Amino acid sequence: MRSKSSAERRRGIALHAALFPLALIWLFPLWMMFVFSTLPENGIFSRDIILTPSDQFVENFNLLESDTGFIRATTISILVAAAYTVLSVALTSMAGWSLACYRFAGKGVVLATILGTLTLPYFVVVIPQFIMVARDFGLHNTLFALIVPPLFNSLGVLFMRQTFSMMPHELFDAARVEGVKEWRIFLFIGLPLARPAVAALSIILFLHSWNNYLWPLLINSKPAMMTAPVALGSLIGLTKVSWGGIMTGAVMLTAPMLVLFVALQRHFVAGISAGAVK
Amino acid sequence: MRLRTRTAYAFLTPYLLVFLTFWIWPIANSFWLSFLNTRSANWTFNPRMTWGRLLVDPAFANALWNTLLILVIQVPVMIALATVLAVLLNSPILKARGLFRFAFFAPVVVGEVAYAAMFRLLFNEFGIINKMLVAAGLTSIPWLSDPNAAMAVIIIALTWRWAGYNAIIILAGLQSIPEDVYEAATLDGVSKVRQFFYITLPLLKPVIILCVVISVIGTMQLFSEPFLITNRGGPGQATETLGLFLYRQGFGAFNFGYASAVAYTITALAIAISLLNLWLGKERE
Repeated sequence: MRSKSSAERRRGIALHAALFPLALIWLFPLWMMFVFSTLPENGIFSRDIILTPSDQFVENFNLLESDTGFIRATTISILVAAAYTVLSVALTSMAGWSLACYRFAGKGVVLATILGTLTLPYFVVVIPQFIMVARDFGLHNTLFALIVPPLFNSLGVLFMRQTFSMMPHELFDAARVEGVKEWRIFLFIGLPLARPAVAALSIILFLHSWNNYLWPLLINSKPAMMTAPVALGSLIGLTKVSWGGIMTGAVMLTAPMLVLFVALQRHFVAGISAGAVK
Repeated sequence: MRLRTRTAYAFLTPYLLVFLTFWIWPIANSFWLSFLNTRSANWTFNPRMTWGRLLVDPAFANALWNTLLILVIQVPVMIALATVLAVLLNSPILKARGLFRFAFFAPVVVGEVAYAAMFRLLFNEFGIINKMLVAAGLTSIPWLSDPNAAMAVIIIALTWRWAGYNAIIILAGLQSIPEDVYEAATLDGVSKVRQFFYITLPLLKPVIILCVVISVIGTMQLFSEPFLITNRGGPGQATETLGLFLYRQGFGAFNFGYASAVAYTITALAIAISLLNLWLGKERE
């Protein structure tokens, strides 16, 4: 008995001895992002190894704001991510409901098309999308261009379809017998029951939109219509630019998502696992 | 379930419109574009300017080589690390589980631009990594101006960003393995290490293959990291990837036809490598 528990203790020590340094390495970039955002420029590139924060965050942020209109860009990012999330959840849960609850001609084709094209790389559509939105519609440098084209994402359709499929359909049938209209059944019975799924989906979609880089970079290149990641990215590689400022931008993009992640870890993990199985 | 055709279509149509306009139509359109010479005023059918050029363009071959090199090194390293991480994080004797999970999972929510800026600064010639190397008695490395070192930075950054993501997926797979399998093995005196190789790994195989497929598709589209960390695929073209090459052709030179051929090559390679993985997964059973 005693030998078993000491073996267990040794395994425990080995486990933590392996994980702890690795965790420190993993946290290091995030910690240094924060530290750099608080250092004066000569602190970032000083000869000393500085691992603790200083007090220049506001000064650095002012430098960033004068290098690029970061507050305006962040406002655009928040608007776009919020609108995209609401619209995408609405569209995909309606589609998921339709595919889960009804039989209709063409259903098999729709499902097969969604599943069959699910893993195609985004690059395959980026050029036609750009030609269509920028040249044919003339809608580059608009909020429309940032919000609407990415709504094609079919992850939500499959996720919501599965969620609605697993619900007891007798419940919906009972409402139908009472003469409740289909859209009311969806809105007042189906959707409330699907709240955890909607939460997980919303978080993942918001994160996608908030961090989206390639499409906003291509379609909204006018500085006044840039999203925050694009505005920040436009500074990287310039010579006369404040790295402390860039780091404050990186912190402002990252910190809210980290807080959300800590607060809603379970939903994040559910969303990522679902996204992987998509 | 009753037939309610009209209602079904009413629910489906709004999404379907977006899906057809911004996904299905572009997929088809891009295939057609890949045969057009888009460098003339009128776009004319001329696959020699697109697919023909692809075969002989040394810049494309370089981007393809770099992408496959990253793929072959980074994906196995990361998946192995993610598997080990998932197993360790799943251990019932782990203390401060939440803290460890935060450390490895946090990169999942960090955006491409923020983390690219961070890694570019960390691996700056006068950056903190080099300062620490010197302090440890080693020599500093010209991370971003040496071709091999720049490639290493890309691989390190990708591994940092995605290992936790894959660990989350593998962890979900681990938690679906029934406890009693391990209890029986422990009673039979099978060591923990042997349990990992003979029970855990075989049962995890489908999940691991899924992770490999996701990672392959992601790597084929690698763009932000070489664009931002190594300054447009530098030094020279040493870290230029297929994604970056497509961006240059499509949105630098506005040669949409050629860029579409590159896009379809990326797609075909991603599908081929994914199918190969799935097939290998079945083969060994």
